Amino acid sequence: MGRVINRRPGRGLQLLLGALPFVVLAAVYLAASDARLSINPADKLLPSLQSFTEAIDRLAFQPDSRKGTYILWADTAASLLRLCLGLVIATGIGLSAGVAIGLLPMVRAAFAPLVAALSMVPPLAVLPILFIVFGLGELAKVTLIVIGITPFLMRDLSMSVAALPREQLVKAQTLGASTWQIATRVVLPQILPRLIGGLRLSLGPAWLFLISGEAIAATEGLGYRIFLVRRYLAMDVILPYVAWITLLAFMLDFLLRRLSRRAFDWMPEEQRQ
Amino acid sequence: MSLIAVRNLSQTYGDHTVLERINLEVAEQEFCAIVGASGCGKSTFLRLLLSEEKPSRGEIHLDGAPLADEPTADRGVVFQRYSVFPHLTVMENLILPLEIRSSRLLGRLFGAQRRATKDKAEHLLERVGLSHVRDAYPKTLSGGMQQRLAIAQAIISKPKVLLLDEPFGALDPGTRARMHEIILALWQEEKMTVFMVTHDLKEGFKLGTRLLVFDKLRWDPHAPEAYGATITYDLPLDDRRSLPPELIEAASNEEPPHKPIFGNEGPRDVLH
Repeated sequence: MGRVINRRPGRGLQLLLGALPFVVLAAVYLAASDARLSINPADKLLPSLQSFTEAIDRLAFQPDSRKGTYILWADTAASLLRLCLGLVIATGIGLSAGVAIGLLPMVRAAFAPLVAALSMVPPLAVLPILFIVFGLGELAKVTLIVIGITPFLMRDLSMSVAALPREQLVKAQTLGASTWQIATRVVLPQILPRLIGGLRLSLGPAWLFLISGEAIAATEGLGYRIFLVRRYLAMDVILPYVAWITLLAFMLDFLLRRLSRRAFDWMPEEQRQ
Repeated sequence: MSLIAVRNLSQTYGDHTVLERINLEVAEQEFCAIVGASGCGKSTFLRLLLSEEKPSRGEIHLDGAPLADEPTADRGVVFQRYSVFPHLTVMENLILPLEIRSSRLLGRLFGAQRRATKDKAEHLLERVGLSHVRDAYPKTLSGGMQQRLAIAQAIISKPKVLLLDEPFGALDPGTRARMHEIILALWQEEKMTVFMVTHDLKEGFKLGTRLLVFDKLRWDPHAPEAYGATITYDLPLDDRRSLPPELIEAASNEEPPHKPIFGNEGPRDVLH
């Protein structure tokens, strides 16, 4: 066992090695924060653990003095609503357009080039247009998410429709199925796993577009908050918010992965993601 | 009157002639085994029967009327692979044709109707020996079981013609022998008309009531794609004494079963 490529960690060691970078990062942060605070107790750049817990307590468990709401939860609810609305609308459009483009040659001829071109447009460049057209309300922010991830979903799904074996479509026709029945009973159920996979890949961009939209125009939301308190260098708020957003993103991904495992037990093991 | 009439059928792709001047009359309840070397166009012929492709010339009539120009329920098919739907269980696969027929919008039945349909399918499921795996997904079935399911699914919608495209080609010899018995029994019970493409001449002899051999009559070594294949032998298999001796010899040749027998032999005029 001389070669490094053949040395594998056991289960315990694997956990230990996985935890190590986190511990090191935390230790480095605490040391640096301590060093800065000992020179200047009013330093805001690297707050201490205590300022974090105070900030979290203030935002999550004390009602806001002006509005009487719990800021963290109000922000979370607003952001998640926008995100989920964007994901649901994008799924609806992506799924129906993906099936139509993948299954119907006429629709493919008409729309595949357009989708290919649209998916090249950087969504953030469209953001000013959205604010101009839809105003500064919820619609613009949800639309940004939809515009940002729908082209990818459409292309991904239409390609997986086109990749279904020709034999299946012919067989379905010989069983008397209409185009509609083929779409709903043969094609749609078989690309649902792909949809979940596509949604998981889209979660990152969706968060990006959400936070960008909130940063520019909003009155509440996770992205709004971190960009608001940036003006006061309130790292004690920003860092917990970033950690919270990361945790939310991880949980959404985890839920989708669980759903995919549970719902599609017809899939051969090697095709599951 | 014959069920299927093929008149002067040709198929070309650009300069490449695959089939030329095929004429054929097939009566009801005939079991036509189609054999020939790889690339001789026997699968193309099946695709034409299925309306997956349109013939370049000539026409095919089914029951006196020209074929519909797309696959329809009057012609059932079993392919070598991908013939069952992986996202449906065995029972769901089997009742799918019946659900599609009774529910145009949803393609799905519920409650009592669904139970009645399942009862109807139960007999066939038993016939092909799949009752014990009715709730399993195809990924857990062996290749032979999947093909049995595919056959049952094709014949439950009672097509006028059943088209089989090398249906047993991917199976091991033991499984294949069992499949032969099943398909013969079903063919007799259901009184079906069957076309089966196979590269295994023995299989053709064993199953068919009629053997159609596809081969090229003319051959130009400088332009191998210039001429297409046609039916060079059309043999009724009720009276095997009338068969040409080289076919009997080829058919009784045990080893190897997969070797294409008509590769470079058979009648052929070499043009210069």
